Amino acid sequence: MAPDISKIRKDFPILDQKVNGKPLIYFDNAATTQRPIQVIERVDEFSLRINANIHRATHFMANKTTEAFEASRETVRQFINAAEAVEVIFTSGTTESINLVAYSFGEAFISAGDEVIVTEMEHHANIVPWQMMCERHSAVLKVMPFADNGELHIDLLDNLITDKTRILAVAHVSNTLGTVNPIGEIIAKAHLKNIPVLIDGAQGAPHFKIDVQALDCDFYVFSGHKIYGPTGIGALYGKRKWLDQMPPFLGGGEMIDSVTFAKTTYNQLPYKFEAGTPNYVGAIGFAAAIEYIQNHDRQSLIDYEHDLIMTATAKLKQIVGLKIYGDAPIKAGVICFNIDGIHPFDLGTLLDQLGIAVRTGRLCADPVMDHYGVENMVRASFAFYNTFDEIEAFYKALIRLKAMF
Amino acid sequence: MTIDEIQQEIVEEFSGFEDWMDKYAYLIEIGNELTPIDPKYKIESNLIRGCQSRVWLHQEFTDGKIIFEAESDALIVKGLVALLLRIYSDRTPKEILGSEPRFIDDIGLRQHLSPTRSNGLLAMVKQMKLYALAYEKISAKK
Repeated sequence: MAPDISKIRKDFPILDQKVNGKPLIYFDNAATTQRPIQVIERVDEFSLRINANIHRATHFMANKTTEAFEASRETVRQFINAAEAVEVIFTSGTTESINLVAYSFGEAFISAGDEVIVTEMEHHANIVPWQMMCERHSAVLKVMPFADNGELHIDLLDNLITDKTRILAVAHVSNTLGTVNPIGEIIAKAHLKNIPVLIDGAQGAPHFKIDVQALDCDFYVFSGHKIYGPTGIGALYGKRKWLDQMPPFLGGGEMIDSVTFAKTTYNQLPYKFEAGTPNYVGAIGFAAAIEYIQNHDRQSLIDYEHDLIMTATAKLKQIVGLKIYGDAPIKAGVICFNIDGIHPFDLGTLLDQLGIAVRTGRLCADPVMDHYGVENMVRASFAFYNTFDEIEAFYKALIRLKAMF
Repeated sequence: MTIDEIQQEIVEEFSGFEDWMDKYAYLIEIGNELTPIDPKYKIESNLIRGCQSRVWLHQEFTDGKIIFEAESDALIVKGLVALLLRIYSDRTPKEILGSEPRFIDDIGLRQHLSPTRSNGLLAMVKQMKLYALAYEKISAKK
């Protein structure tokens, strides 16, 4: 059944406002999504009535907070179908999750001459932490390229993988090209050689059902603020067999078992990786966002989002001189484009005057800009609260603005 | 004309536009009319890099005045660059240091000079002032 978008939009009061005198059209969802009132109220109520530090005291509010925090972990576990809740580590977001794995996995398993594979379409957050890790351990970063249509050259994977390869990191969905990568196939190929795979799910989790056991990925990372939750909270899923073998990322309170000046022993999972006071308020909002999504027929939302991006793509293709970057058979979430002779900054500035929020710039993906030989792109990205009317208004705005140049 | 008089002139030029589109169309027009920077000056060392757009700024100091040449890859930014050049080029360091580009506020385009815009314009104004400061010191020593 088609989702009732006008009802959903009522849950997002921020969407009902005017920007520069025009009704807001928010097409910057790949950067951050808006939060429904259910998330905002949960966080507010928590701050008003229950707040106390977790895992550290015996009093009433501390117990309530700890319960809520651990219940949030369970909510995330269910959302991605992890085998155990202890395989879910709360982090500040996708970036910290990848940094954690790159550091801790690197400490445990990477030596000089070892190889790490990433892809040409990764967000900087799934490149730089691996580069830093390679520098620390004198390891080598190898890159799986993509074709001009935005599809990864999976056929090259067999050549890229060697007996030195220790880990592979790839985006579920590209934040620029929108390509939905064949992660199942990549994981299967890597596992044939016993190579673990990290999936950057920052743009994947918002648009697809995730089952980490069915996928058999070794790590899956994503952010709360891109799935209608608060900023500053995200998750790292890791198979227990890896997390158990990896040393802590940050040292501090909560992550220890016992501390003497001679020797510190570490706490068990997941606390080993959650040093200091975690963002438990964020975690509770994160769980509220997941519950919000799950209170809807998820498949109908996914189908609706697919219709949105297909409609937008077809519309944009009608505009003469407009080039879309990435034309993979399966895309989700984002459309990046340029219009001949119009700088993305100019287009973004003028769209803003019409109340339309898009992202412009290098999109934290310099290698993708280099691939197409462009400095910047314009990105429109969609969420299930967007409408076909908004896409029509966007199309008309582009036609109108194009005539100014 | 003084810097202030030119700023006032620009404000009056823009006062005729009631619609924001006309204002931006005019910026685009003067951006298009801006004399391109000599290619030999369109180099890394003259580049002011914003995340969103780039500005190149070249200067020469002749007869006590600084001549600026500048360009941007974004047209709206280029239009604003043209206005800044109209105000600040061919001026003494003292004139440049003694004046703020208040016209941008007055014509309702202040957001383009905000630090969050990262379009290179704010950095361009700062850079012009730094050149002025440097030449003022050199002139004082002579």
